[in-house]
Amino acid sequence: MTDLPSATQRQMGLVIDLDTCVGCQACVISCKGWNTENYGAPLSDQDAYGADPAGTFLNRVHSYEVQPDHGPAQLIHFPKSCLHCEDAPCVTVCPTGASYKRVEDGIVLVNESDCIGCGLCAWSCPYGARELDLAAGVMKKCTLCVDRIYNENLPEEDRIPSCVRTCPSGARHFGDLGDPTSEVSGLVADRGGMDLMPEMGTKPVNKYLPPRPKDGLAAQGHGDIDLLAPLLSPVATDATGFLGWLDRALDKLPGGDH
Amino acid sequence: MTFQQPEVDTSPPVSDEIRKTTCYMCACRCGINVHMKDGKVAYIEGNRDHPVNKGVLCAKGSAGIMQHNAPSRLRAPLKRVGPRGSGEFEEISWEDALDIAQGWLQPLRKDHPEKLAFFTGRDQSQSFTSFWAQNFGTCNYAAHGGFCSVNMATAGIYTMGGAFWEFGQPDWDHTKLFLLFGVAEDHDSNPIKMGLGKIKARGTRVIGINPIRTGYNAVADDWVGITPGTDGLFILSLVHVLMKAGKIDLDYLSRYTNAPVLVNQDKTSPDYGLFLRDDHGAPLVINRKTGKLAPFDMYGVRPDLNGTLAMGEITHVSVFRLMADQYLDDGYAPEAVAERCGIPAPRIRAIAAEIARVAFDESFELDREWTDFRGETHKTMRGRPVSMHAMRGVSAHANGFQTCRALHVLQILLGTVEVPGGFRFKPPYPKPATAHPPPHCRVTPGKPLDGPHLGFVQGPEHLALLNDGSPARIDKAFTWENPMSSHGLMHMVISNAHAGDPYRIDTLFLYMANMAWNSSMNTRGVMDMLTDTDDNGDYVIPRIIYSDAYSSEMVAYADLILPDTTYLERHDCISLLDRPICEADGAADAIRWPVVEPDRDVRGFQSVLVELANRMALPGFTHADGSPKWQDYADYIVNHERKPGIGPLAGFRGDGSAAGRGAPNPAQLDRYIENGGFFLKHIPEEASYYKPWNRAYQDWAVDLGLFDTPQPYLFQLYVEPMRKFQLAAEGHGDRQPPDHLRQQIKDRMHPLPVWYETAPHGDTKFTVHALTQRPMAMYHSWGSQNAWLRQLHGHNPLYVPTKLMRETGLQDGDWARVTSPHGAITVPVLEMAALNENTVWTWNAIGKRKGAWALSPDAPEATRGFLLNHLIHELLPPKGDGLRWANSDPITGQAAWFDLKVRIEKTSPPKDRPQSAPDLPEMKSPVPPPSQDLAWKVGS
Repeated sequence: MTDLPSATQRQMGLVIDLDTCVGCQACVISCKGWNTENYGAPLSDQDAYGADPAGTFLNRVHSYEVQPDHGPAQLIHFPKSCLHCEDAPCVTVCPTGASYKRVEDGIVLVNESDCIGCGLCAWSCPYGARELDLAAGVMKKCTLCVDRIYNENLPEEDRIPSCVRTCPSGARHFGDLGDPTSEVSGLVADRGGMDLMPEMGTKPVNKYLPPRPKDGLAAQGHGDIDLLAPLLSPVATDATGFLGWLDRALDKLPGGDH
Repeated sequence: MTFQQPEVDTSPPVSDEIRKTTCYMCACRCGINVHMKDGKVAYIEGNRDHPVNKGVLCAKGSAGIMQHNAPSRLRAPLKRVGPRGSGEFEEISWEDALDIAQGWLQPLRKDHPEKLAFFTGRDQSQSFTSFWAQNFGTCNYAAHGGFCSVNMATAGIYTMGGAFWEFGQPDWDHTKLFLLFGVAEDHDSNPIKMGLGKIKARGTRVIGINPIRTGYNAVADDWVGITPGTDGLFILSLVHVLMKAGKIDLDYLSRYTNAPVLVNQDKTSPDYGLFLRDDHGAPLVINRKTGKLAPFDMYGVRPDLNGTLAMGEITHVSVFRLMADQYLDDGYAPEAVAERCGIPAPRIRAIAAEIARVAFDESFELDREWTDFRGETHKTMRGRPVSMHAMRGVSAHANGFQTCRALHVLQILLGTVEVPGGFRFKPPYPKPATAHPPPHCRVTPGKPLDGPHLGFVQGPEHLALLNDGSPARIDKAFTWENPMSSHGLMHMVISNAHAGDPYRIDTLFLYMANMAWNSSMNTRGVMDMLTDTDDNGDYVIPRIIYSDAYSSEMVAYADLILPDTTYLERHDCISLLDRPICEADGAADAIRWPVVEPDRDVRGFQSVLVELANRMALPGFTHADGSPKWQDYADYIVNHERKPGIGPLAGFRGDGSAAGRGAPNPAQLDRYIENGGFFLKHIPEEASYYKPWNRAYQDWAVDLGLFDTPQPYLFQLYVEPMRKFQLAAEGHGDRQPPDHLRQQIKDRMHPLPVWYETAPHGDTKFTVHALTQRPMAMYHSWGSQNAWLRQLHGHNPLYVPTKLMRETGLQDGDWARVTSPHGAITVPVLEMAALNENTVWTWNAIGKRKGAWALSPDAPEATRGFLLNHLIHELLPPKGDGLRWANSDPITGQAAWFDLKVRIEKTSPPKDRPQSAPDLPEMKSPVPPPSQDLAWKVGS
């Protein structure tokens, strides 16, 4: 089995804002495009135009309905990819050393030339974040775009994962979660960023920002009507009174007196 | 095992070259960087410099590589050899194809140009295609607006000189409350997502008003699951509450709107309900400073919102007083509308209170001096940080025009339009209806049409009627049935042509519109009309020419196919003359250019039109000696001048330094390519808000060539042209509506927004609203051929709210029979809780016909997928009055897709295999079957 490094110099990862993710799948397809063309084997598709199209993706967006105790049901969009765990079971389970966690940035990678496609790592990952590519017979997973984030052939501003660069609503953030002064650590602190399934003990590096409370206006409208009353108190009780108010209000406008 | 970390190349080469062009995976028109390897498209990402998307890109855009390489791409011109609908074709040469087309079209032009009906679907070159149709001489031209969102566009332009999306956008940087009405997930793709991200990052409240809580509505802080078709009533209730509380911007209303304009109140007058005007036609107001009449635009005038004037027997009152009469009525009180809208009255009040609080208590000023059109200088720009956006959900109802009007009136009452924090126009808007041409329909054999087809009527005098009062156009646009149909009625063309009503046509010429499938109501009926024959065995619609890049369902129903290129193989211009890509802070336009050459025998449709025009020596396209002006579309883009110095592209004119106005520049396309495929000119800061009334903006717009002279105007809370149609219906004037339409015109064309019920009457068996929307990762019917996108949305269940699931005994995975007065479908269902409790919905255009789009016949799109279109007829069910009424808005003719009501019942699952019904026979595919296994990697 494969050892994890005792410590990594940085903990590079993603912070995903579930309050802002509209579920558009832009990250899913941008990832598919970049990683088909770059690191390792292409992400293949089987039965691409047929009855049961199925391909390899390193990132998928799921949608869940949530019924709170009060108020209407909600729909949460939940993007999911490898969380680059500190205690990554997919690494320690690997029989060939193909799965490993990098010392310099904590990225979990698969060295495809050593991967025998046994699938143990996918089985051990509690998040279902790995997919075996059926054409290449090797395990594929999020690389955090290791071939982008240091790539000197890209402009500096583009040295971020493809999913982060493309996200239209700005719901995906990239940075060093091991550095408490980083922007991503700040977001996690401010917005109550959470681990996914912390009980699994994997210590994921990626964090999720929870949705903000919703449907507050409904509660106001039902419970606390008096609070709003001053904003909407009628200026008059009838049409004549309204036109009287109008005259007085017009007089008060700049240049309104006559 | 000891930890051994391999070497990874973290700086691999990315690509050989980046070519920057414009996306066409939907109508959003983002800038894209196309990475090339070995001369092939390798990877597509957003262009960071582009004004629309600023680097981001949606799923569709990133999947462009699979669209560009889709196996459904047509390969060569096709001539039909089997019966229509069979899909049996033979490939022919372009020379033969153009000979056939010319042979059909040229004789029509000589004798009956109107017998060509040319409708161009989701065309992004309408200023060009309309120019072609105008020079051909047919009056029968339009694009797809009539079945899309003409209500939204037209209501906006008549009310305030622009609407949402291409016309304007929220002030994302300053808004503090954002309301989103009836927006399907695909509109306006990236800018809305970017804006939502921006405002949510600073905690701005978003209110989503939509029966379905997905997409943008899923991230809205507050979701209002309104009953479909009642948005107008909800909005007018907000108007009622806000007016009653005096939470309206009186200063703004008096200065910038027609609220103070005086209206004739003499019921016997032929001018009843029209504006009092001076000898020059300027509307008159009472000047509050003097108490006397004054033109609205006089220097120093203080227009009185409370104005009245008695001239002899005739009383005039201000528009604002008419509004107070109408909207203070308790019929609009929240308690009166709550049940109908499906929104508790306290919630309506809570939303109104939040709007009032933010608009007035969080008002702010930007330190920018500006001068208005009357000559008054203002030291600051006042902000009212409430913004709104709406789209097809409120628009595609038979009350959609008035609902969209109501929404604009709400914004104007609050004083939030064209102010910081509110809604902002994008050039060439603001542009009032009066600055647009009226429609033209006078056909002269062998000559061009007398002017542009589409426009804005100002009264009955502009209707497109022949001397005998019958409709001039095959789609009956601009007639008494739908007088303000500014985008035409593409959805009525086939049924009217089939019925020979108002007349028969010879050739139907379509571009990029899947009329034999998801773009038509009554899909099955349309197929029958396209294949119907007369007593001689000839097709009732004699000839059909179609241009598409892909093997869509419509291909099978045409006689001649002119195969288009993909969007990466073509020239295009996204023009200021057309549907531009401007932002509120700047004017912008863009191009597409062939980043790769086609590997098939296909040609860009617009270049084919140039060639056909040259063959027929159409006047606008050829010199006096008959020689062509342009060789192809790229040549036209650079060298066509609509007016001297003004052409399709505004950037890099003259010697390359001129913007807007300037001589054609032979190097213009190269300059666009060097600049990333687009051109952007910023609006000066002092011109950035209050644009309709801001002298600095008006002068800037004239400089750029958007207008020839400044065009300041008032927002039209009261739309006088609508009143002119009512007057005609009341018996005034020479042009009179037929008697059966008088009441409809009187009731519907109220010059102040009203709400009326649109749900089909009389049949209580159909009580459930049924809607469609498109997902963010698909565009119309295109996504199914895309190997990546179809893995996201390969089939479409009917989403049914929890309460209805229980009532009908349905469970996830069950099948239901869904019926409407028009038809029945059998479909798979899935429960959804975050949904209006009396509404079902599905994704539009996921369902496919077997044999189309190069999909296997057992593809889920063709088995479990389905269309709701089968349930929707272009006519309403008979009402017993002997007439058939259109299923459309009686003002604009917009297709009322979302008025559909259905009944839903559990049914037994299909035997053998999952199959929705109706299950139409498989068509023969005009393209070969694809390779099913993809391991896509370009270069080594």
